[in-house]
Amino acid sequence: MKNLNSVFAAYMIGWTVFFVYYISIARRTSVLREDIERLKNSLSRGK
Amino acid sequence: MKKSVLSAMVVLLLLGVAAYAAFFVAPTDAKQGVIYRILYLHVASAWTGLTSFFICFIANSLYVLRRQPRWDWLGVSAGETGLVFTTVVLLTGPIWAHPVWGIWWTWDARLTSTFVLWLLYVSYLLLRTLVEEPDRRALLSALFGIFAFIDVPLVFGSIRWWRTQHPQPIIMGAPGAGLDPTMYRVLFFTWLAMLGLMTLLLRQRYRLEAMRGDLEIIQRELEAA
Repeated sequence: MKNLNSVFAAYMIGWTVFFVYYISIARRTSVLREDIERLKNSLSRGK
Repeated sequence: MKKSVLSAMVVLLLLGVAAYAAFFVAPTDAKQGVIYRILYLHVASAWTGLTSFFICFIANSLYVLRRQPRWDWLGVSAGETGLVFTTVVLLTGPIWAHPVWGIWWTWDARLTSTFVLWLLYVSYLLLRTLVEEPDRRALLSALFGIFAFIDVPLVFGSIRWWRTQHPQPIIMGAPGAGLDPTMYRVLFFTWLAMLGLMTLLLRQRYRLEAMRGDLEIIQRELEAA
C-alpha cells in the first residue's frame, strides 16, 4: 500500500495537535483555579 | 457520571467510528490510492475551523453591539479553537500534496488565503496579550476579529473563482465534480465528529476564559482594597 505511512503520519500529527491543545486548556484551567483560590483567600484575610 | 465526562466519551466514540470509517468503510480512490484518505481529516478539519471562525465572528459582532463580557469570552475561545483546526489543515495538506503534486507547498489562491487566515487569527490572539485594560482589549480584539473574518469567504471562494493547484470544490462545485456517495457519507460523518470535538474544546476554553474574567474582578477588588 503506497503512501500508507504518509496517511498514518497525517493522522498522528492531527490527533497530536488536538490532544496537546486539550491538555493545554486543562493545564491553564488548573493554574488559573489555583490563582483564584489564592486571591480569594488573601481577599478574605484582608477583610 | 459527570455530564462533561459523558460528552467527552461520546465525542471520542464518534471520532473512533469516524476514523474506522475513513480507513475501512470508504473505498480507495482509483487515481490517488490510499493517500486520499487524508481527505477525511484535512477537509473535515477545514470545515470545522471555518465553522469555529464563524462563531468567533458572530460573538465579536455581538460584543461590539452589546458590550457583554460573555461574547468576548466566546469570541476568543472560538478564535483559538478555529486556529487549532486550521493548524491541522496546514500540517496535513502538505503531507497529502507531496505524493500527489510532487511538491509540499505552492502559493496558489487556496493555500495562500488559508495561510493568511491562520496568520490573521494568530494576530487576533496576540493582540489580546498586548492590551491590559479588559474592556479596551475586548473591543479592539472584537473589531480585529470582524476584520479577520473577511478572509473566510476568500478561502471558500478561492477554488471557485481562480484556477488553482488545489483541487476544485467537492461541494457546490462545477457540474460533475464530487465524490462517491460512500465517500460523501464518511466525510459528513467525520465532520459531525469534528464538530463534536470543536464543541467540547470550545466549551472547555470558554470556561477557562470565564474564570480569567473572574480573576480580573478579584484582582481589581484587591487593588481597590
